[in-house]
Amino acid sequence: MNQLVFAIVTMLAGVLACAFYFFATNWILDAIFPSKGLSGAKASQNLRTTNAIRPWLFMLPALLALAIYLVYPVFESVRLSFHDRSGENVVGLSNFFWMLGDGEFRQSIFNNFLWLLVVPALSTFFGLVIAALTDRIWWGNIAKTLIFMPMAISFVGAAVIWKFVYDYRAEGSEQIGILNAIVTYFGGSPEAWITLPFWNNFFLMVILIWIQTGFAMVILSAALRGIPEETLEAAVIDGANGLQIFFKIMIPQIWGTIAVVWTTITILVLKVFDIVLAMTNGQWQTQVLANLMFDWMFRGGGDFGRGAAIAVVIMVLVVPIMIWNIRNAMRETGGH
Amino acid sequence: MSGTTRSPLTIVVHLSVLLLVALWTLPTAGLLISSLRDKDQLAVSGWWTALSTSTQNLVYRAPSPETQVERDGKFVVAGNLMEGQQAEVSAFGFNSREPAAFQPGETAELNDGERLTVQADGAFEIVSDTRMEGTRGQRIFFTAAVPPRFTLDNYREVLSAEGIGQSFINSLTVAIPATIIPILVAAFCAYALAWMRFPGRAILIAVVVGLLVVPLQMSLIPLLKLYNGVGAFLGVPAKTYVGIWLAHMGFGLPLAIYLLRNYMAGLPKEIMESARVDGASDFDIFVKIILPLSFPALASFAIFQFLWTWNDLLVAIVFLGTGNEELVLTGRLVNLLGSRGGNWEILTASAFITIIVPLIVFFALQRYLVRGLLAGSVKGG
Repeated sequence: MNQLVFAIVTMLAGVLACAFYFFATNWILDAIFPSKGLSGAKASQNLRTTNAIRPWLFMLPALLALAIYLVYPVFESVRLSFHDRSGENVVGLSNFFWMLGDGEFRQSIFNNFLWLLVVPALSTFFGLVIAALTDRIWWGNIAKTLIFMPMAISFVGAAVIWKFVYDYRAEGSEQIGILNAIVTYFGGSPEAWITLPFWNNFFLMVILIWIQTGFAMVILSAALRGIPEETLEAAVIDGANGLQIFFKIMIPQIWGTIAVVWTTITILVLKVFDIVLAMTNGQWQTQVLANLMFDWMFRGGGDFGRGAAIAVVIMVLVVPIMIWNIRNAMRETGGH
Repeated sequence: MSGTTRSPLTIVVHLSVLLLVALWTLPTAGLLISSLRDKDQLAVSGWWTALSTSTQNLVYRAPSPETQVERDGKFVVAGNLMEGQQAEVSAFGFNSREPAAFQPGETAELNDGERLTVQADGAFEIVSDTRMEGTRGQRIFFTAAVPPRFTLDNYREVLSAEGIGQSFINSLTVAIPATIIPILVAAFCAYALAWMRFPGRAILIAVVVGLLVVPLQMSLIPLLKLYNGVGAFLGVPAKTYVGIWLAHMGFGLPLAIYLLRNYMAGLPKEIMESARVDGASDFDIFVKIILPLSFPALASFAIFQFLWTWNDLLVAIVFLGTGNEELVLTGRLVNLLGSRGGNWEILTASAFITIIVPLIVFFALQRYLVRGLLAGSVKGG
């Protein structure tokens, strides 16, 4: 409990310190370059100076934090990936050569591509279908809330939920995992799903799809509602049926949004770590890059060189989407 | 579109949505129901049978012979197999090879001349003509039909014995300041990027958008080294709450700045211009006009940041550590998955405690969450 009090006091102190910083720097700036009470050229020159400095005062704390926590680490990780495990001796490209020959790394890359193919596609697909269906029924909003709910659940919590679904008991005894119970009900024999090489990847992906479908649904639902009524009415008058309207009128109009949803989930998939750690910790051929990187970071006292090299690989995979995002953002803010 | 009523197609739509909703909610429902079930029942039957009577094969160890009492020249150990709980015993035995050899009411001859009688309600008696020897009680195997039993015992156990209580406080300690502190920092920066003119603004916006997707994995090793260095230099531990608050702030800032900037840029220009004509400075405009108007966006970000910091595992185990005292809920849950993998009563109750806070936040503030998602993602569409 003391610790909670400490946290809240520190938090208040932090917020007050921030407020004080903004207030004080702003006051000092105005005191050094006053614009009120002065006349003519002097005042307008001071005004120009303060207007040039003030934005940087406003942004300084945020830019510092971004620089320390995100920008510097990117360069440092790239630098470390050319160093050995302690980060002191330059080893050139040997960490990357090691990767190419490492079976576990190749397994991770393979699995990551599986995840990249399956999870964004299915999440977007389910999100779109659910968005389209729930728009037509009176209890659509309740349904949406329930499907959106897993979004609030942590990956680890979701892993426990689904591990319970996949729970396996030897054949003949009563199954307490619902999946095996259904399988045995229909006469099949129970399986230890998460130890089934190759297929277990899909059982892990189900968890992320379960979480992310709600996200896709919310965004695509808003996009569907944004389609102008006139185009739909025109299609109806021309005699188009429901499916034709959906595939030929609605989908083409929301391509941009679909792409945004797809790429957002793709980024998330590249970073997926908690689910694999909690479900299998990479055993039974389910390793992925993010978990492998975490593993090397601490394995045998920690190999920073190899860990950083794996992080760089993840970063390289993210870069195309990053560039695409930046270009989109620039196009939008260009007019502002 | 919605003019079609009661057509077969509408029924199909209702049924498919119902099926999808069931698929999406049943796993969580199973977890919640299981966490409330008696642990012996949970271990042998599925949660969907929670309301029906379950037949269980159980073992009971009678009190040690030292507790025997002398009655009518005979020595007796008595008790109840169900220890006071309701159940219907349908068979019993004293041997693991024949656990159901006898019917309730029958008397079983034990090997050493003792006689065991078990009644249908679970009451049993071991009777011997001579004083019973030894310290270990007789094992009694029995089959019982146990009515459904719900209990909060699982929660009581995990909160005290499994350290979930401490972890809950740790999670709060991490999440609350990590949510609040970045807001002001981000808001000032967002205002500058939205409404102040200075060279390099477009580049900074592009950098923020780029940083949105930088994988956390890139930051881990350099920051770990940095924290170790700073800790050694200042003579303080490298893994502290202050360290993790700052880390969460750094990782949350791109989204915060991006969301708030988009929102502020959409506020009407006239408000700011008329305030400026009245002689208000940028600082006044921001504090008195923009900040109050931006409340919905601030709330959206706060919810995101809270869910993210509460649900985070990676940052917590790297920057706060994995010791017993500082484990957050997600970390504790991963540990329990390893150490108590088969004890579903522990895992389900712990998991539910882990997810209950975000679920409450979700249901209470869903409106802001949706608004934030839309502001943060719908672009280019």
